[in-house]
Amino acid sequence: MSQGNTMDDNEWPLYEVFIRSRAGLSHRHAGSVHAADSQMALDHARDVYTRRNEGVSIWVVKSSEIIASDPADASAFFEPAADKIYRHPTFYEIPEGVENL
Amino acid sequence: MYTQGLDQKGENAGRRLDDAGLLAAFQARIDAEEKIEAKDWMPDAYRRTLIRQISQHAHSEIIGMQPEGNWLTRAPSLRRKAILLAKVQDEAGHGLYLYSAAETLGTSRGQMVADLLSGKAKYSSIFNYPTLTWADIGAIGWLVDGAAIMNQIPLCRCSYGPYARAMVRICKEESFHQRQGFEIMLMLSRGSAEQKAMAQDALNRWWWPSLMMFGPGDADSKHSAQSMAWKIKRFSNDELRQKFVDVTVPQAEFLGIRVPDDDLKFNAQTGHYEFGEIDWQEFFDVLAGNGPCNRQRLEKRQRAHDDGAWVREAAHAYAEKHGQRAAA
Ligand SMILES: [Fe+2]
Ligand SMILES: [Fe+2]
Repeated sequence: MSQGNTMDDNEWPLYEVFIRSRAGLSHRHAGSVHAADSQMALDHARDVYTRRNEGVSIWVVKSSEIIASDPADASAFFEPAADKIYRHPTFYEIPEGVENL
Repeated sequence: MYTQGLDQKGENAGRRLDDAGLLAAFQARIDAEEKIEAKDWMPDAYRRTLIRQISQHAHSEIIGMQPEGNWLTRAPSLRRKAILLAKVQDEAGHGLYLYSAAETLGTSRGQMVADLLSGKAKYSSIFNYPTLTWADIGAIGWLVDGAAIMNQIPLCRCSYGPYARAMVRICKEESFHQRQGFEIMLMLSRGSAEQKAMAQDALNRWWWPSLMMFGPGDADSKHSAQSMAWKIKRFSNDELRQKFVDVTVPQAEFLGIRVPDDDLKFNAQTGHYEFGEIDWQEFFDVLAGNGPCNRQRLEKRQRAHDDGAWVREAAHAYAEKHGQRAAA
């Protein structure tokens, strides 16, 4: 993900590019492109990131529109999940002889 | 390499300003082979080193289109033309992946382009040599892309995530570049006496500049140690150069052309080739702007930039108008 601070006001905005490589898989972040508008962003993303059939679908979104969690707060932010080991199946003891569980 | 790292000065000054605890935690993450991502805390010097290295790398890809582009309209067959066009297009793509990786560090595309055009930013010395014959297109793919691969494979494990990911994409595409170049050399070396002489002549001219792509010898590259500690760099310049010589010399033998080095010999004890002294004066001259094509390369890039200005402005105006209409 890019956080380009635009020094040139005339610079085309930055778009993040997400590509679905084939049906059945999620879109995945591939990189970014500059473009004047969303159609151009799609065209550039196609030319830059799918020259070898790497995708069947592309999403582009303006980088400035993405809201991200702050890595500096990561430990506090994700802390609530840390002590809930009972959310994992390995937490439970199953007596020997019980099957299909 | 594409980033020969020659304009690194005073990188240690900023370190004093950074908090010692943050620095230690950062280094511990690097040592544990964790990747650093764009919004993570990083020392200023790490950021600056990466911006410089990634942007130099991007500029090299962009300028690197010129020597090969020179032969697009004169390729000997439609097949060769299609292949060369695809390769040159890939290099543009490599430049774009890398510019966007550099932008994650807080620089802008406009700033990087301005630094290239003003001559402030460097690009690889190799692209300041001319492509005089079709055989040069073979030699570039085989040797220049070959040397680039040698350097770029370890960069796929670089500590900075966005750079490493860009390098993975690039490396996937590079082996086609090297193979098409070797194939051109193979055709020529199996051709008429004249064609074989062309292949030899290309090797004569491209061999030494290709070895220079790895940058100065380890004794003279004083900033390597810091880049190694940050795991931006995994092997020294001399190590990579040696690997390149070891794999490439047997390929030249297969082609039946001679590597232009009287001191080249295989050392059975070490299992490595020993090779002659590199003319570092030539290297520094080319870097200082006095190579055969430096001025031509920048002029051409400047012209392309200027000629494209109206397109950028028109697209901008169109998007603005369109956006206003959508909002209304
Ligand atoms: Fe490339
Ligand atoms: Fe290449």
